[in-house]
Amino acid sequence: MTALILRRLLQAIPVLFIVVTLTFLLVRSAPGNPFSTEKKIPAEIMEELEKQYDLHGTMGHQYLQYMTKVAHGNLGISTQYRNRTVNEIIAQTLPVSMTLGSLAYFLALLFGVTCGGWAAIRHNQAGDRFLMLIALLGISIPSFVLAPVMVMIFAIKLNVLPVAGWGSPDQIILPAICLSIPFAATIARLTRGSLLEVLKLDFVRTARAKGLSEDAVLFRHALKVAILPVIGYSGPAAAGILTGSIVIETLFGIPGIGPFFVNSALNFDPFMTSGVVLVYSSFLILFNLLADLLYFVVDRRVKLE
Amino acid sequence: MGRSVSSRLSRALVLPAFLAGALFLFFAFFYFFGGWSLSAPADLVLCNGDEPQSLDPAIVTGQLEGRICLALFEGLTTRNAKGDIIPGMAQSWTISPDGLTYTFTLRPGLRWSNGDPLTASDFLNSWERTLNPATGSEYSYQLYYLVNGEAYGTGKLKDFSQVGVKAPDDRTLVITLTHPTAYFLELTSFQTLCPVHLPTVKKYGKDWIKPGRMVSNGPYVLKEWRLNDYILVEANPYYWRPVPVHRIKVLPTNSPTACFNLFYSHKTDLILDTRSIPSTLVQDIRNEPYFHANPFGATSFVRFNVKRKPFDDVRVRKALALALDKEDIVTKITRAGEPVANTLVPPGNAGYTPPKGLIYNPDEARRLLAEAGYPNGHGFPDVNLLYAGRGVGPQVATEMQALWRRDLGITSIHLRAQEWKVYLNTQQLIDFDLCLSAWIGDYNDPQTFIDMFVTDGGNNDTGWGDPKYDQMLQTSENTADPARRMQILRDMEKILVEDEVPIVPVYFWVGMSLYYPGKVGGFEPNFVDDHRWGEFYIPGKKP
Repeated sequence: MTALILRRLLQAIPVLFIVVTLTFLLVRSAPGNPFSTEKKIPAEIMEELEKQYDLHGTMGHQYLQYMTKVAHGNLGISTQYRNRTVNEIIAQTLPVSMTLGSLAYFLALLFGVTCGGWAAIRHNQAGDRFLMLIALLGISIPSFVLAPVMVMIFAIKLNVLPVAGWGSPDQIILPAICLSIPFAATIARLTRGSLLEVLKLDFVRTARAKGLSEDAVLFRHALKVAILPVIGYSGPAAAGILTGSIVIETLFGIPGIGPFFVNSALNFDPFMTSGVVLVYSSFLILFNLLADLLYFVVDRRVKLE
Repeated sequence: MGRSVSSRLSRALVLPAFLAGALFLFFAFFYFFGGWSLSAPADLVLCNGDEPQSLDPAIVTGQLEGRICLALFEGLTTRNAKGDIIPGMAQSWTISPDGLTYTFTLRPGLRWSNGDPLTASDFLNSWERTLNPATGSEYSYQLYYLVNGEAYGTGKLKDFSQVGVKAPDDRTLVITLTHPTAYFLELTSFQTLCPVHLPTVKKYGKDWIKPGRMVSNGPYVLKEWRLNDYILVEANPYYWRPVPVHRIKVLPTNSPTACFNLFYSHKTDLILDTRSIPSTLVQDIRNEPYFHANPFGATSFVRFNVKRKPFDDVRVRKALALALDKEDIVTKITRAGEPVANTLVPPGNAGYTPPKGLIYNPDEARRLLAEAGYPNGHGFPDVNLLYAGRGVGPQVATEMQALWRRDLGITSIHLRAQEWKVYLNTQQLIDFDLCLSAWIGDYNDPQTFIDMFVTDGGNNDTGWGDPKYDQMLQTSENTADPARRMQILRDMEKILVEDEVPIVPVYFWVGMSLYYPGKVGGFEPNFVDDHRWGEFYIPGKKP
């Protein structure tokens, strides 16, 4: 297993290399300049700025300078937030997103699996239909609609939770719920579908035949197998949920990393864009690896190659 | 690994383990990095728009950054709540009769926020830093008014002692300008000309603006700053007068909806930034007691590319200008009470009488268009209308397209939206036919609008140029008599909006802010939309 982990981590290096290369080159070759404003900047100043940020010279030269820095763990200076390094911005914002994300992840798993399992045992009954309708809504209502509606209800009409901001524990509740809903809904549908399949299998019939209680059949046997697709989904989902969401974080005024994914690209901030892409790709690789390892642990049929 | 035992065990525990892991992660992050603000409660909380790009007065260019900078730093002059220029670091000044030499006398006993004495040479050295091309200050041209300022700023002159600023003693600063500049005292109140504490800048480099390091000279000092979270400023004990509000917290919330929700639920006392007020709500809240709007020195206008057909023909440009129903745009789209603009210079400049401009007249417009060879828009070539895909830009552009179709029968104007930075690039390359633009005045004087359109000017971006216009600008700059100067500027604007028409003014901006007058004092609508935080007070609460 150690060999597998090592191999996968080594494979991650060229993947990350290609991802960062493509991002940097794409941002730099788009028409537009990170420093442009409404007012024309004198040519001498523009030249100086480009020099300060290592954005002068040929594309190849800029790229090499950037990659050298990245190899040393220095992700460059943001061209938007002039006095901050990308490392500093990520160090300040990523933990905030991960705080919010881990709570949302917990909620998504808890409610997703519970609701999915509950719906599966009541297959085609009213409860199942109702829950699956809710889940479908959860998946299809975009968060930029869901979040303002939740704020309207819980913060403005009922006045039980704060409308936005970060800094006290009650401010995390609404955004965590909004962030978790689409994931919880997906997990619920996955769990339900998978559990329905599993409940038809022979080993479940055997378990029932030998007189096990329905609870034991469900929890000790069926759910353990039915959880496999959820694990497959939760790897990439964790990467997505822990690196924040632009919509939720913008609407709730949360100082996380989410908005940087879009805003840094709009600002033509090449180092910041490459930096957040690097973070996201690393998370994706890491959590996919974790999911694969979990597969191995859970499913005896999986062999580690 | 011992698979038979461990995998059996783990299989039963996988879901609980997952859940516990996620919960553990949450509490770990919550505990270590959550960034729960432990800041002392603020006396005033305000929404200031987006996260500031920087707080270095030489570097920042935006209005929202400027507001915080001007709370932390102060120039030779400053503004009162009404927006008038009043003495700042300088207690008095004299201007030579030719309007070229300004002699400022600093207040006695001025100090930086760390207690160091602040002297005239601090101004001198800070201006050297701003002008020095190595600093990369985008607004350094605000010091080009000084003798040799431009030469030093562009690196042609290496000797700063030849630049028109001298500090003969600790409290005297003598400034020599290249030509009489009626608005120079406005420039000295702007952040670009504020002094910085150079030992701190040298010691920390780019990090000097961080809390705990920054040394400043304005009414406030920087206490805490968390990216995208909040900025806390506290009264500067060394400032030359006490300020009424002790601690101000700034929220850089960039979602207008979140800003409004915060205000609505009384979590913030003041929304300063027009863009932080949801434009869809303006119509509903404009009669509320907390809604305040004031005229503001900025104009939205359309640029023609006069180098391309059909806009190389002045009759076509005039026709489009005459046929634009601006009333329709301000009542249907922008809806915050923006005045219709027939001139480029916004009203509110004392002593300046603008020309009439071209007033909406569709019949005359159709006549001109037919004369130019496009009766009822027939045969009008395909042209594009460039605009930035943010704010009200897309709606205004769409409405203009419809209005020109309605009144002129032109059906071949195509919309071309671009991302902000791409749009700026396209505009600068003059790679458009029509371009929806805006200009915010740098200072309260018509010149900041009018000098934009000199031949090949850096912000002209229309391809238009007229030697007579350039000549008039030069004459006006060398005219010491203010009334005569205003007259020349007026004649220039007439060329711009009535005769040659390389641009069509559309509407003047209004500055909007939200606050309950009973909760925030010292905030008055003013034309420059410049509200110094040192002027704020909380009604009924004495410091």
